[in-house]
Amino acid sequence: MLTVDLRIELPDFTAEAAFEAPAGVTALFGRSGAGKTTLINAVAGLVRPASGRIEVGGTVLFDAAKGIDLPVQARKVGYVFQDGRLFPHMTVARNLSYGGSVDAQRVIAMLGLGPLLARSPATLSGGERQRVALGRALMSGPRILLMDEPLSALDAERKEEILPYLERLRDETELPILYVSHDMSEVARLATTLVIVDRGRVLRSGPVAQVLSDPASVRSLGVREAGAVITGTVESYDARDDLSRLVFDGGALILPCRLGPEGSTARVRVAASDVILARTAPKEISALNVLPVKITGLAQGKGPGVAVGLQAGSARLLARVTRRSAAALELEEGQEIFAIIKATAVARRDIGHS
Amino acid sequence: MEGLGPEEWQAVWLSVRVAATATLFSVPLGLLAALALARGRFPGRWAFNILVHLPLIMPPVVTGYLLLLAFGRKGPLGAFFDEVFGLVFAFRWTGAALAAGVMGFPLVVRAIRLAIEAVDPRLEEAAATLGASRWRIFATVTLPMILPGILAGAVLGFAKGLGEFGATITFVSNIPGQTRTLPLAIDAALDVPGAEPLALSLAVVSVVLAAAALGLSEWLARRSLKKTGAL
Repeated sequence: MLTVDLRIELPDFTAEAAFEAPAGVTALFGRSGAGKTTLINAVAGLVRPASGRIEVGGTVLFDAAKGIDLPVQARKVGYVFQDGRLFPHMTVARNLSYGGSVDAQRVIAMLGLGPLLARSPATLSGGERQRVALGRALMSGPRILLMDEPLSALDAERKEEILPYLERLRDETELPILYVSHDMSEVARLATTLVIVDRGRVLRSGPVAQVLSDPASVRSLGVREAGAVITGTVESYDARDDLSRLVFDGGALILPCRLGPEGSTARVRVAASDVILARTAPKEISALNVLPVKITGLAQGKGPGVAVGLQAGSARLLARVTRRSAAALELEEGQEIFAIIKATAVARRDIGHS
Repeated sequence: MEGLGPEEWQAVWLSVRVAATATLFSVPLGLLAALALARGRFPGRWAFNILVHLPLIMPPVVTGYLLLLAFGRKGPLGAFFDEVFGLVFAFRWTGAALAAGVMGFPLVVRAIRLAIEAVDPRLEEAAATLGASRWRIFATVTLPMILPGILAGAVLGFAKGLGEFGATITFVSNIPGQTRTLPLAIDAALDVPGAEPLALSLAVVSVVLAAAALGLSEWLARRSLKKTGAL
């Protein structure tokens, strides 16, 4: 568990943030320039806060009041930088063992680094480089893993190559991971906890499904990024139509492509703007998914939109409709209505595994 | 052109010895000076920068004269080295090496400083997050990355030492076997009627040595770029 509560003076603004990162992936999400990297650098000891406290798993890394400020070297943070920062004059093997050889065999196997060991960093692809950087950080035996937009320099294909490794890391280790990103698909796939940051302040934080399905989050996330995450079990795959059926506590969703082997767990992000609401169950409609849901809350946006929180069983959804529609349908809290989701609205990059 | 006699070969070997000794001392000191200039934040840094560059911009004869004042037998530094280390510079080959070292120093510092400034400090940050101490970071990240720059600086300093004339002749005079390096031998040969072919032969040796040093330096610079992935 990481506990952060600090104040950092920056040229443009003063960052004042407090949040907690339990085991799993805690995503620091916000637009660029929001101060995410500053916060992660403060945890690493690369930026010195004006005041506050940072603690990881019972070890105090920084406490201004008590005059504690562990140097970077002593903090035992595994840092995966955006640009990898491999040592160009060393082989992959020497890069990996630079900070130690903790669990070397397992890390090399998990990240598929065996064939790369003798190579020089200059000959690696962007994705390979980030895998090596991740391996190097893990082999140093860190208390916490810090990742600063590790995928942002990669194209979509390379991202797909690395994300499964990160999902495995999240599910197979107890290591808390602090993950900076401005990509909502990445966050929705990886995060267990979400911290939304803007101008150095924490706007919202909490378990990812809860924060993302809260209509009040829409304003802090931006209307394009808003959308809930549903975790379910892959029940079947129809090869003829290339569609999978994902069963979750509040119903089932038909989604494109093969989500994974039957019985496996998958999580999908359903963007709020892709959800249509109806008072009665529509007939003869092309959308494959019509879910009976209950309205849990409404939040008025600045523009013409209204965010509508929905509940289906224990699962949460979020829809964004116009104020006019909300008025015409007379939407109100506690009402039972129908949520309609196009299968094709869910993109491949919005589907994660665990 | 004429074959070289024992006296001329003596001048060649003396030149190599003088230049090599000068390089041996100016490289470690140059590394410290370059680190201070590239990374140090201390009062008087600009003054230190000018001091380091003085031998490059002053007339060599002035440098030689100042060396004579400071390191001559009666000079303050000359007396100090004589008393403490039994080391005499005046009119000895050691003085020629000192003059060569001082004249080449700015070149050595500049080459190493450029290399240090080209090192991405973010790599050193990455090493720190992996638990490396400042010394280990310097030895395993910074030093290997600037090594080609250090070698290039050494070659430049060595070549400068081979060719140094003005400061040397002013400081330690032109004594055969003691301070008569290649350029001074050429100068002496030109003063003797009929010895011009000998001067030409010495000049050719000089050109070959200088070209070899420059070629080596270019090769090292290229290798450095390749290694850091810039080429």
